[in-house]
Amino acid sequence: MRIGIASGKGGTGKTTIATNLALSVGTDVQLLDCDVEEPNAHFFINPTTEETTTVFTPVPEVDEKKCSFCGKCAEICQFKAIAVVSKTVLIFNELCHSCGGCMHVCPENAITETGRELGIIQRGHRNGIEFIHGILRIGEAMAPPLIRTVRSYERPGILTIIDAPPGTSCPVIASVKDTDFVLLVTEPTPFGLYDLQLAVGAVEILDIPCGLIINRCDLGDDHVKEYAAQKELPVLLEIPFDRRIAEAYSRGDPLIEVIPEWKDKFLRLYHRINQIIEKRK
Amino acid sequence: MKELIIISGKGGTGKTSLAAAFASLAEKKVLCDADVDAADLHLIMDPKVKQQSEFRSGFTADIVREKCTECGLCRELCRWNAINAEFEVNPIECEGCGVCVYFCPEKAINFPENTCGQWFISDTRFGPLVHARLGIAEENSGKLVTLVRQESKRIADENNLDLILTDGPPGVGCPVIASIGGASAVLIVAEPTLSGIHDMERVVQLANHFKVPAMVCVNKFDLNLDLTRDIENFAKNEGLSCVGRISFDPIFIKAMVHGQTVFEYNSESNAGKAVKEIWKNLSKKIVLNQRHTRGGTI
Repeated sequence: MRIGIASGKGGTGKTTIATNLALSVGTDVQLLDCDVEEPNAHFFINPTTEETTTVFTPVPEVDEKKCSFCGKCAEICQFKAIAVVSKTVLIFNELCHSCGGCMHVCPENAITETGRELGIIQRGHRNGIEFIHGILRIGEAMAPPLIRTVRSYERPGILTIIDAPPGTSCPVIASVKDTDFVLLVTEPTPFGLYDLQLAVGAVEILDIPCGLIINRCDLGDDHVKEYAAQKELPVLLEIPFDRRIAEAYSRGDPLIEVIPEWKDKFLRLYHRINQIIEKRK
Repeated sequence: MKELIIISGKGGTGKTSLAAAFASLAEKKVLCDADVDAADLHLIMDPKVKQQSEFRSGFTADIVREKCTECGLCRELCRWNAINAEFEVNPIECEGCGVCVYFCPEKAINFPENTCGQWFISDTRFGPLVHARLGIAEENSGKLVTLVRQESKRIADENNLDLILTDGPPGVGCPVIASIGGASAVLIVAEPTLSGIHDMERVVQLANHFKVPAMVCVNKFDLNLDLTRDIENFAKNEGLSCVGRISFDPIFIKAMVHGQTVFEYNSESNAGKAVKEIWKNLSKKIVLNQRHTRGGTI
């Protein structure tokens, strides 16, 4: 089973939920941190690092000896990543989406592919948790291909928990598509509600069942709950504001280790998600 | 004219609450919300939309079934597995590269332009605001960010305004890169958590990479004083200015619930005083930069 953790708004507690759910379940669980722009889950898991892999995306390389400067490569490229200026081919690697169009269209077979570094993937363990995250190279704009690589480590038959980035655009979609359930972590504020509505829209487009977690549920107003009732979205967990939780988070201490009664609540959360998925089948 | 972008790396550190508060302190400015993916500044600014435009960008393949002979070349060439065995294109997967369109021997694939969102020019009680709404699950957020920045600059030029005050997106990827390139300065709103420090360090590297001068302030500083000092020491070692600290204060949430800036909600709060101090410090830095240096570290 694959559970995505998303939010719309940043800083609502996605990583807190993802890591504490993984630590509560404890065995036969994978945690994938797909927030490759700002991966943070490792602070709470402290995994070993058993494997570090550099990830590349293909970009073109032109053999100017073979090139006839016909300009077909520039013509097919939708991303303005290749230009032909008289007898020179200019390649703007950072704009390339790696579609391979220029290579296929080149009548002289002058184009081959080399790699642009997207970032790295690290894989490790903590007890029964397999941990994988991606770290986007600073200056790299395109997160989705690195996110897809993180997700290629998914193993069927066990629980996979995916910590998604904030927002509702392509990196979030790449992180949660084809999951069995999405947990949307929100806060009961106007920003939280507005961004939650966008996130619910994204989950609806992907046709994935979802449920809400309301963090700092006592700081704000009632509009998130009213929205949940109106959309018939289950509120699966409410976490009150507690300075101990905020301070534990600041140090990288998992909630279930600081306040152990939360472990039961996370296990009940997991149980309820299972029930919802079973019912849907 | 100066362009200040508020970023953070980590989400939820208080970018938008600070941007709104600065909006009521800055004079002769245009406001810009570059967090087009989850734009929230309008929830405090209460904009009266004067001009609304569609944002068109990118294309999506669409196979015309009557012309398709199911030769399979498109499926073979597509690197995003966006075409299924029934020769239907999944628009969410389609990257818009047009390779299938170009090579289809039957010319059976249309390639219409996408409408990916809207952008707006509005009036607010603090002056003009340029903002946008990227469609859900859409791509090209970087291009939409570039567009709202260009419009903000045009408005500032036409009205002889001194400052573009921009609420930026979280992260370090495409929309952040589009937000900060060529800006006068970025203000990084950090929080004293292990995650917050890690994310701040990455966004500092990004600002250095694009040679944009950066300043740092610490929000919720009293949650962890040791880490607050770590942030400030890191910033100093990097040659960046620390322009202030704000304590953890639910007043920001209360103000947000009322659709107000922190000053409108309570003109005398300690948090408000800290924000004023930050604004005073960073205004000085921006002006100093204008008089004495070009680019480089503030």
